[in-house]
Amino acid sequence: MEHFLALVSKPDNVPILAMLFLIPYFMWLAYKQARQTDRAGVPSDAALNDKVYVWPYLCRNEFVCAIIIMLVLGVWSIMIDAPLEEPSDPAKTPNPSKAPWYFLALQEMLVYFDPWIAGVVLPGFIIAGLIAIPYIDINPKGKGYYTIKERPFALAVFSFGFIILWIVLMIVGTFLRGPGWNIFMPWQYWDPHKIVPLTNVNLSYLFGIRDDTTANFFGFAVVAGYFALGPIFYFWKYKTSRFLQELGLVRYVIVSFLFLSMVALPIKMILRLALNIKYVWVSPWFNI
Amino acid sequence: MNEERKGLKEKITNSDIWKSIFRHGYENTGRRYTLQILQNVWLHLHPPRISRHALNFRFTWCMGGITFLMFLVTAVTGVLLMFYYRPVAEYAFRDVQALEFDIPFGMLLRNMHRWAAHGMVISVMLHMFRVFLTGSYKKPREFNWAVGVILLLITFFLSFTGYLLPWDQLAYWAVTVGTNMARATPVLGHEGPFTPTDIVTQANDVRFALLGGTIVGPSTLLRFYILHCVAVPLVASLLMALHFWRVRKDGGISGPL
Repeated sequence: MEHFLALVSKPDNVPILAMLFLIPYFMWLAYKQARQTDRAGVPSDAALNDKVYVWPYLCRNEFVCAIIIMLVLGVWSIMIDAPLEEPSDPAKTPNPSKAPWYFLALQEMLVYFDPWIAGVVLPGFIIAGLIAIPYIDINPKGKGYYTIKERPFALAVFSFGFIILWIVLMIVGTFLRGPGWNIFMPWQYWDPHKIVPLTNVNLSYLFGIRDDTTANFFGFAVVAGYFALGPIFYFWKYKTSRFLQELGLVRYVIVSFLFLSMVALPIKMILRLALNIKYVWVSPWFNI
Repeated sequence: MNEERKGLKEKITNSDIWKSIFRHGYENTGRRYTLQILQNVWLHLHPPRISRHALNFRFTWCMGGITFLMFLVTAVTGVLLMFYYRPVAEYAFRDVQALEFDIPFGMLLRNMHRWAAHGMVISVMLHMFRVFLTGSYKKPREFNWAVGVILLLITFFLSFTGYLLPWDQLAYWAVTVGTNMARATPVLGHEGPFTPTDIVTQANDVRFALLGGTIVGPSTLLRFYILHCVAVPLVASLLMALHFWRVRKDGGISGPL
C-alpha cells in the first residue's frame, strides 16, 4: 500500500490522476450531447450557421477561460513542487525505470511485443492511422455536432483505441507496475526479489511443433491468415454491402490493415495473459 | 432622472478635457466589432464573425485554446529559466538546485513551466478527442487534422526533450528508457530486425544520432536542450500558425460546410 500511495502522491503523476477524472467527465459531456442530437435530430444548417461577432463574444470567452486556467495553473504551481531527485548516475539504475507518464502506454506494450514492434512499428502505425482517419472515413454525416447514431463504427474504434489502449494502459503502467516491471496491486508490497516464473511458450510449441523451420512457416501462416481476414471479408460481403462498394478497395485495404493491427494488441495481451504465449511467429530475423 | 444622467454624461464626454484624453467614442456597431478584430495584430487571426455554437463550452471544451495558452506559458517561463540554466553536465543539476533554493521565485518558475507542459499534453489529447467526437476532421478539414497530429507529436517531443534537462535520476532514466526503443528500429537501429549489422553499429545508428553518443551523456543534454529550446519550438510555432490559419480558411472550427 505504501508504494501505491507514494506513486499517487508523486508530483509527476498529478496529470494522470487528473485524467482519471477528466476523461469520464468529458465522455459524459459528449455522450449527453450526442444523445440529445440523436433524439431531437441533427441541428439545422440555419442553427449551425447562426453567426455572432468574435469581438466581444468569443474574445470575452477566451479571456475568461485564460484567467481561470491561469488561476488553476498558479495554484497548482504554488501547491506542488516539480520533482528533483538525486543527480543523474549512469551506474545506478532505478527499478523500475519508467518513462514519463504519457509514454507509459508504449512502455506497457513492450511487455507484449518486442521493442521493434512496440517502440517503432506500432507507434508508426498509430501516427499513420491518425493522419489517415479523415481520408478513410467517407461518412459525410456527423460533421460539427456530437452524435452516436450516425457514426457508431468510427466512434467505437477511436474510443477503444484512445480510452482502452492509450489511457488505460497508461494508468496500468503508472500505478500498477513495480520492480522488474511486474504487476503489483495497490495493496501489495513492492518486493524487488519477486520471482515470476517465465513459463511462456510460443504458439507453435503449443500446437506441438518442435522444429524451427516448421514453426517459422506456421507462424507466417497464422499472421498472414490474420491479416487476410480483411480481404476475405471484403470479397465475402462486397456484393451485398453498399458501404464496401462506396469505400473502394484501396481505402478498404488501409482501414482493414490498420484496424487489424490495432486489434492485434489486445489479442496478443489476451494470448499472453491467458495462455502464456510468448511469440506467435518466430523467425530467424524477427519475432512477433 | 435618466434624462438628467444622460445629459450629464454627454456634458462630460463632450468636454475639452475628456476629448483631449479619448480621441473618439466607442460605437456599439457591427462595423466597430469587425474593425476591432481586423485592426489588431494579436486578434486578426480570428474571423470577424463565427458560428454561435462555437462559443459553447460544452461543444468545444476550450481545449485547443488552452493548449495554445499552455504553450505561451511554457515559452515565457522557459525563456526566464534559460537565464539560470546551463546545458552542461557539470552545471545542469546544480543550476536547477539553485533555481529551487537560491533564485527568488525560481521554484515557482520551474513549477509553472513543468505543470504547464504537463497541462499541454493533457489538453492536446482532449482537444484531439473532442475534434474526433464532433467529426470536425471531415471534409474540408482533412489536412488540418493531419497538421494537428503532427502538432500532437511535437507536443510529446517537446515534453520529452525537456524531461532530460534537470539532469537528475528521474530525467536520466526516463530518457534512457525512452530512447532505448530507437535501438530496435528496423534497418536503422543496431538491434532492429533487417539491420545490416556490419554497417549499422551502436556508434552510427539512429539512436546515436539522437543521443550524440552510445549512452545518454553530456552531448545528449546539449542536443536535447537545443531541440527543446530552439528547434522544436520554431517548428511548433510555424505549424501552429498554419493550424490556426487553416481553421479559419476551412470555415471556422466546425459545422457542416
